[in-house]
Amino acid sequence: MAGKSEPLADLSVAYTMDKVPAADWLVAAPVVWCILLGAILLMLRKRTDIQPLVAIPALGILVLMTFALLAHVIQNGTVTMTMGRWLPPFGISFTVDLLGAFFAATSALVALGAGIYGRSDVDDTGRRYGFYPFLLLIMAGILGAFMTGDIFNLYVWFEVLLISSFGLLVLGSERKQLDGAVKYAFLNLVATTLFLVATGYLYGLFGTLNMADITVKASELRGTAPLMTLVTLYLLAFAMKAAAFPVNFWLPASYHTPRLVVSALFAGLLTKVGIYALLRILGMLFPFEREELSFLIAIAAALTMILGVVGALAQNDIRRSLGFLVISGIGVMMAGLALGSPAGLSGAIFYAAHSMVVMTALYFATGIGARLGGSFELTSAGGLYARNAFLAAMTLILFLSVAGLPPFSGLWPKIMLVKASLDIGAWWLAGAILVTGLLTTITVGRIWVLAYWRPAPGEGPATMVPASLSAGATIALAGLVAVTIAAGVWPEPVMALAQDAARGLIDPSAYVLSVFPVEASQ
Amino acid sequence: MEPIFAILVGAFFTVAIYLFLSKHIIRVLMGAAILGNAVNLLIFTAGRVTREVPPIIGGDSDALSDFAANPLPQALVLTAIVISFSFFAFLLVLGYRAFQELHTDNSDEMRVAEPMAEPSPPTGY
Repeated sequence: MAGKSEPLADLSVAYTMDKVPAADWLVAAPVVWCILLGAILLMLRKRTDIQPLVAIPALGILVLMTFALLAHVIQNGTVTMTMGRWLPPFGISFTVDLLGAFFAATSALVALGAGIYGRSDVDDTGRRYGFYPFLLLIMAGILGAFMTGDIFNLYVWFEVLLISSFGLLVLGSERKQLDGAVKYAFLNLVATTLFLVATGYLYGLFGTLNMADITVKASELRGTAPLMTLVTLYLLAFAMKAAAFPVNFWLPASYHTPRLVVSALFAGLLTKVGIYALLRILGMLFPFEREELSFLIAIAAALTMILGVVGALAQNDIRRSLGFLVISGIGVMMAGLALGSPAGLSGAIFYAAHSMVVMTALYFATGIGARLGGSFELTSAGGLYARNAFLAAMTLILFLSVAGLPPFSGLWPKIMLVKASLDIGAWWLAGAILVTGLLTTITVGRIWVLAYWRPAPGEGPATMVPASLSAGATIALAGLVAVTIAAGVWPEPVMALAQDAARGLIDPSAYVLSVFPVEASQ
Repeated sequence: MEPIFAILVGAFFTVAIYLFLSKHIIRVLMGAAILGNAVNLLIFTAGRVTREVPPIIGGDSDALSDFAANPLPQALVLTAIVISFSFFAFLLVLGYRAFQELHTDNSDEMRVAEPMAEPSPPTGY
């Protein structure tokens, strides 16, 4: 059919017949793998005994894939793969730079932990309701969001992870879960709709959705187009996803209701996708507008961290306390975004990765503690140290890490952020970070003293029986704790990675070059 | 044409936000449905509203004519419709299940997850 007439346009600029290099398939592989395995697990829905045996190795392979991708990106720089032979900006591109690859690898690690922990935490009913398929599909959404180079595609991945998170949240349909899920679902729907509104405007202004293309065109359109409105909309949408004050109330309303492994996964990964989107859109695509908004972001960041930790201090339920600590951590990351300097952004990136690992592990530890005969209520919990000293030690390490005390991974990003704020004279932002650290230490110290150190109320030390942990839970917890210790005592590689990733955001020329190799070399 | 659509989109947003302010889940649900449509219309308008040739390549050529409409916003709207529809379906079921379990659709009374009389954490060892 084609070729009967002279082409009206030069088609060589629109698509290519070149083969995709084999290494580039690595870009799409993690997402394809997750969706494929999600589908297979859905078919195995009723074989609850086989599900973990398929899902856990699959998540292990996913970790290998994402680390291979990270190694590939470190070695060769940003990689781009455009779907269906179209050339960017016509085709949908997956562009993985250091930031995306780093977050993808960390989140795959966390998901593997959740898969292993879920083996003992999710019973047959939960598995029949589809815990493992949802786990794989939510990973598809999260990894897709970290890797895509197209802003509408980012929206689609947000929806993929959101709909899977609904499924995970109501797993079991208990009364509490339905209540939490109603609030979670509506407020997240509003956030993604705002994201879509902003994307609609963006397409109207730019006529393109490719992030590299937008980065180039933003400097031309600045001054004539209402970019400030656009960026403010994006800020609101992603701040809502990330649970920044004052749009954070869906998080403490819902995060303590689902099964513990689900809470752990959400606390580790979901809000960080919001932070990633903020870093990508505000940090890379619209740096000038971010600069204008930086004071607003800084105030929101300071309020988020302080009010988050004060909320944590006021809770009796340990899970709710941890939910507020997640919010407080988001404030610290937002502070890095507000600073916008290389040191600030790299601090935010490092802190996000630290928070993914540590918050997930903390929920695991809390769940194991509750199963060992303690309780989620601080008033009635106690005696966990006597029951299992290993668990108490692991939890203490995580508590110190989340509070930002040495020698664990929470210390370094906080130092980077405090130093970056003092460098520009924002003493109040540095002060907020430090006060948050102090209040966090008090909060987690109190939880540890009450739930772990003191004997259980109404029980003498003599009646306390030591209890052992299940193998899966121990592996998941100890693995994540090992990561936080390793990143704490040997931070240079992670710090260098975060700094390179931040540099890639501030100077996106490598990102653009990866998407438009021909145009840039002319 | 665009100003009319802009006003329409604005009206849709107004209605959606008004409904969202209600305490009753059923109204919030209707707000969600209208909000989804407001955004779809917005994207449709952002891609210019014109009377042009549909973006179909005829059998005798292999590229679009210069006067063809922009097909991308239509693709975006199509995706957004599918997503907002499936979301609405899920929320409808969720709202109904919550009503069955909690015996209320008033969000003020939905306090199972966050009880009003929660005990304070212990102040002493």
